[in-house]
Amino acid sequence: MSTETQAPEQRAIGESRGDRIRRVLTSRVASIVALLIAVLWTVPTAGLFISSLRPEDDIRASGWWTVFTNPTFTLDTYNYVLYSDSQGGGLIRNLVNTVVITIPGVIVPVAFAAMAAYALSWINFRGRNFLYIAIFALQVVPLQMALIPLLSFFSQGLHIGDVTIMPSWELEGVNTIVQVWIAHSIFGLPLAIFLLHNFMRELPGDVMEAARIDGASHSQIFRKVVLPLVTPAIASIAIFQFLWVWNDFLVGRTFGGGEATRPLTAVLGDMAGTWGFGWTRLPAAAFIAIIVPLVVFLLLQRYFVRGLLAGSVKG
Amino acid sequence: MSKTRRISCLAAAASAIALAATGCGAPDEGESDRGAVPDDATDCANYEQYGDLKGQTVSILGSIRDTEADEMMEAWSYFESCTGAKVDYEGSGEFESDMKVRVDGGNAPDIALFPQPGLMANFKDDLVPASEEVTKLATEGWTEDWLNYGTIDGTLYAAPNSSNAKSFIWYSPAFFNDNGYEIPTTWDDLIALSDQIAADGVMPWCVGFESGGATGWPGTDWIEDIVLREGTDLYDQWVTHEIPFNDPRIVAAIDKAGSILKNESYVYNGTDTISSTAFQEAGYPLLDGQCAMHRQASFYGAMWPAETNVAEDGDVFAFRFPEAKEGDNTMLVGGEFVAAFSDSEATEAMRQFLASELYHGARLQTGPWSTARQGVDPSKATTPINEFATEILTDPDVTVRFDGSDLMPGEVGASSFWTGIVQWVDGDKDSQQMADDIEASWP
Repeated sequence: MSTETQAPEQRAIGESRGDRIRRVLTSRVASIVALLIAVLWTVPTAGLFISSLRPEDDIRASGWWTVFTNPTFTLDTYNYVLYSDSQGGGLIRNLVNTVVITIPGVIVPVAFAAMAAYALSWINFRGRNFLYIAIFALQVVPLQMALIPLLSFFSQGLHIGDVTIMPSWELEGVNTIVQVWIAHSIFGLPLAIFLLHNFMRELPGDVMEAARIDGASHSQIFRKVVLPLVTPAIASIAIFQFLWVWNDFLVGRTFGGGEATRPLTAVLGDMAGTWGFGWTRLPAAAFIAIIVPLVVFLLLQRYFVRGLLAGSVKG
Repeated sequence: MSKTRRISCLAAAASAIALAATGCGAPDEGESDRGAVPDDATDCANYEQYGDLKGQTVSILGSIRDTEADEMMEAWSYFESCTGAKVDYEGSGEFESDMKVRVDGGNAPDIALFPQPGLMANFKDDLVPASEEVTKLATEGWTEDWLNYGTIDGTLYAAPNSSNAKSFIWYSPAFFNDNGYEIPTTWDDLIALSDQIAADGVMPWCVGFESGGATGWPGTDWIEDIVLREGTDLYDQWVTHEIPFNDPRIVAAIDKAGSILKNESYVYNGTDTISSTAFQEAGYPLLDGQCAMHRQASFYGAMWPAETNVAEDGDVFAFRFPEAKEGDNTMLVGGEFVAAFSDSEATEAMRQFLASELYHGARLQTGPWSTARQGVDPSKATTPINEFATEILTDPDVTVRFDGSDLMPGEVGASSFWTGIVQWVDGDKDSQQMADDIEASWP
């Protein structure tokens, strides 16, 4: 017994703290614990996935775990959910809607945020700090507060007394998607500007100075010097914004114009039908909704982790 | 991972999805319960009165979704093709909050189908009252009981769309026949029958209140059914808060419901499972003879498993909730009201169409549905239970009262009443406590 306990202690002598943490975290016990947590974490998702492949009557009658003793699988639910003409299906249209909402909903705010962050960090003008603090403070405002004012801005325009500042936009049907794009851009900008600003601020001033001495204008510095340097940060913010817009329910639903622009999430919420009787379709529909973010996350997770750290640590 | 490998990986994933997509193709749509649109509703001559509405759009927001929405749109598809108007329907599961946001944001739909008259009254300032023609159609189409719920401060705003009969108790006709049970017509008969069934070794009642965020609403229907049978005046005073929620007569009614719902020898699986049993499937044990009765509205007819024969001589059917007093003839109902936020030509035409016998007759045949519109032929309903419901709903002798929780303010009818009933049935509160707490939450 005593020889067994002595062995690791002897090894521990002379190792640094970092090495020790690494050793503890890579030990067999730690690996098993991590594996257990991972399995535990995945069980509900796995159950959802199995449910999505089971026939409707089975889902109603028994839990997904009975599949191990009585395996019956079908793709009918996916088929119905994706291609049916009825109100409780046809997700393929809404998948397209979501893509159409998401692409400009990511490109527009990220492009504006990059320019704004550059200006706020490297162009000297009066009130720069005040402007930056104001944008920073905007993150505190919950978007729900802006829903109704923004909606009435779109649908009724802006009037002060009898003076019309902005007429009503009078968008209808599929055109209301413009409102959704604008709303997503507005709500995404403060955080994007804040993160990119912190990142750009860290760039060495010498590089900018050198470029300026060589006669580069601000737009040239921005395009040729800053953008290549901040690509990882932009990528991570784009991923954040992508996930947020893709999963958004409220904005798309409020600013959209009915059936023509309904995003995936809104249909998902209504899919179970008037009395919630169609809930058996939800597992399949949920999987269709998460597959794209999942692929994006898996392919770009390197940027994602880096993005979490962007701007948070100095030096 | 190198860049090229990553891209090829992405391409592989994308093509796999595309492959899976093309492999499926469009599914076959089930046509089981669907009738066809009747001939008079497909004849464009019947739509001439609405004029030419080419290029105009009517947006409609409602809480009806899925198959029911498809069937509804089928019923008005000839209105679209004959008049040229486009009807843009959106079914929302968050109808109450969507309406508020859209109306406040100045983006109200042209027509809204309100399932709660109480909610509709909140939007009075934005609503367009019923025109002369709509009023005329409504008065010839519905009894005064119904129109009262579409009337705000003496002005008619909305005619009903669909109507559900809520005072229904589902049972298995075969099970009743085999054991010689009679359908009860009074409350005392109902209790006597429950005792008899329990004595014969079968649980008399199946009960389930679970409904996601709205858990508890099937329980509120129980209380409403009982209060309604204590007296329609009492019921009206109760829902309009002329008497407090904890009035002794209401507490007595809750206790009366408790004599079934809180009775361990009555409820299948025990009373502690009520609040966790999904209402959609709560009645299923009836099919295997594990319980004998299940109180749920007429729309429950569409929720039985596909192969169930829902008919008076079939697997399951419903009888009316028994009256407490001799000679009473009451029915608790639910439904939607067609309210308009626009006075455009197409909106007005759509309102007239939705109040017409033509539409109600057609909708009755496009799928399981029931209506209170006078003049429709109940025998045209697609299922026996909807025929039964429509017969009762169109009978002018039946005293009709709307679901009380839909008339009470949202803080009560869609919140504290639901949670109260769940706590009550779980045994956390007694009837008096529950009524006191709900009274305290009344705004």
